[in-house]
Amino acid sequence: MTDRDEQAVRIGVQELSGLYAEIIDEDRLEEWPDLFVDPCRYQIISHSNHEAGMRQGVMYAATRGMLLDRVFTLRQANLYEPHRYRHVVGPYRFKSIERDTAIVHTHFIVARIMHSGETTLFATGRYLDDIDISGPDYKFRERIVVIDSDQIDTLLAIPI
Amino acid sequence: MYDPEPSSGRRVAWPSNGISEVPFRTYTDQDTYVREQERIFKGDTWHYLCLEAELTAAGDFVSTTVGEVSVLVTRDAERTVNAFVNRCIHRGNLLCMGRQGNVKKFSCMYHGWTYDLTGQLTGVAFEQGVQGKGGMAPEFRKEEHRLQKLRVEVLGGIVFGTFSDKVAGLEDWLGADVVRGLTRVMNRAPTLLGRNTQILPNNWKLYIENVKDTYHASILHLFLTTFKINKLNMPGGIFINPDGGNHYSFAKLDYEAETAAYKDEGIRAESDFRLQDRSVVESVDEYGDGVSVQILTVFPGMVLQQVRNTIAVRVIRPRGVDRTELEWIHLGFEDDDEEMTERRLRQGNLIGPAGYVAMEDGFIGGFVQRALQYNDEGAGVVMMGGHEAESQTFKASESAIRGFWKHYRALMGE
Repeated sequence: MTDRDEQAVRIGVQELSGLYAEIIDEDRLEEWPDLFVDPCRYQIISHSNHEAGMRQGVMYAATRGMLLDRVFTLRQANLYEPHRYRHVVGPYRFKSIERDTAIVHTHFIVARIMHSGETTLFATGRYLDDIDISGPDYKFRERIVVIDSDQIDTLLAIPI
Repeated sequence: MYDPEPSSGRRVAWPSNGISEVPFRTYTDQDTYVREQERIFKGDTWHYLCLEAELTAAGDFVSTTVGEVSVLVTRDAERTVNAFVNRCIHRGNLLCMGRQGNVKKFSCMYHGWTYDLTGQLTGVAFEQGVQGKGGMAPEFRKEEHRLQKLRVEVLGGIVFGTFSDKVAGLEDWLGADVVRGLTRVMNRAPTLLGRNTQILPNNWKLYIENVKDTYHASILHLFLTTFKINKLNMPGGIFINPDGGNHYSFAKLDYEAETAAYKDEGIRAESDFRLQDRSVVESVDEYGDGVSVQILTVFPGMVLQQVRNTIAVRVIRPRGVDRTELEWIHLGFEDDDEEMTERRLRQGNLIGPAGYVAMEDGFIGGFVQRALQYNDEGAGVVMMGGHEAESQTFKASESAIRGFWKHYRALMGE
């Protein structure tokens, strides 16, 4: 891969990550499953569980169907106090770039804005991404959301 | 947190001697909270400490809390499990900062006093002074000092502890029904799949009441009804121990009929709302008795759940009158194959802070707490299924909640 190609991949990955944050923060969750291949792996897991090699997190999807069900359930079947997020994403660490695959670790913080206006720091952590870069639209094969704290305030409804 | 003002001695007034009306002030009153720490958490009750599987080797320890009190649990060289208060006897410093690990002894970072794995004091820095000067008073004997010990018992791979010298042994205290329920779920060696802690903006009692409340499930939690899951549920029941505080409820499911119905539905697709991926509810009858949901509580703050193939302990830890930590300890078993583990992980979406069926329980107590803010006169009504706290063969009942208050009032002397 030439330097020029690698630069294009870096830009493409950052676009995907930016789109991901925009889709969630602007409440366009119906588009969220489109950012993943099928089957896929999406998981929110605490740093301590992940470090210890434990596999249970707080949210898990292994297929596009599971992602769609999460969105549908949020809209139709779960009750929670209205709120939204604001993601701030970066820096990016490109761990490896190959022909079809980019492995990228990206830092994030997420603020939660309640419908009352109360704004708090809800989560910090890293995205551990395995990204399919073979097609024109980059997609996540795997996005493991490793949150730094074991503690979650009240509940976690919207994906991070 | 502890109220530095001297207690007024004011007690929450109960409207009657019964257990079907609960004064709202019990969820908001600071004096009550302080009294609960003494009478309930340090009183005649058994508490979840950790899993025995976390203490496999000599020197393994787990740091936890009982109520607000920091406690260490250890496995010593004789393979005995010990529990003692995590507070140096010298100046009261927190002895161990770590959450889990393996040590030969505990050394206080403040003045270097050391304790063995049973909590016995073994070393005092500069005990004989320096160059013959200073040192401990001559009458001080290390052998006479140890960290405050808790009684410990293990049942079904779970380590329990109590501050009480006089409370009955664990199994007698739990009651035969609840022992049966606990050992049914914990019938083989468990493994830890992960843990999560939820911070609930409410009094701890609102959460344990919610767990014991079989009445709200089909009303507050829309997931199961939206997707028409559990429609083949068969009648269940509630077992409550004589003291009232420990209980379990269960519901059976015709697993084979459910699988057949889903296949049929796949062809006809008559329902508007269908899960795109059914694996989140595709369960196997791992206990071979048809029970798909069993919720068990141990007074005051432990839950053992089987919801289909999700097995979890939940520990309720008070952190102030209107703040509670809820820890989810997700379990598998040593004989799980990869397919079973993946099944448990997928069904894990049903429970925990983001759980399809559990999410609403995270905020509902906070809503009650908010409504009670400076508005806590009067009493709530807990009369579904009568006024007593007896075992029942139906689930539209608040019997288990009344059981909690029966035990609570007895211990609190209210």
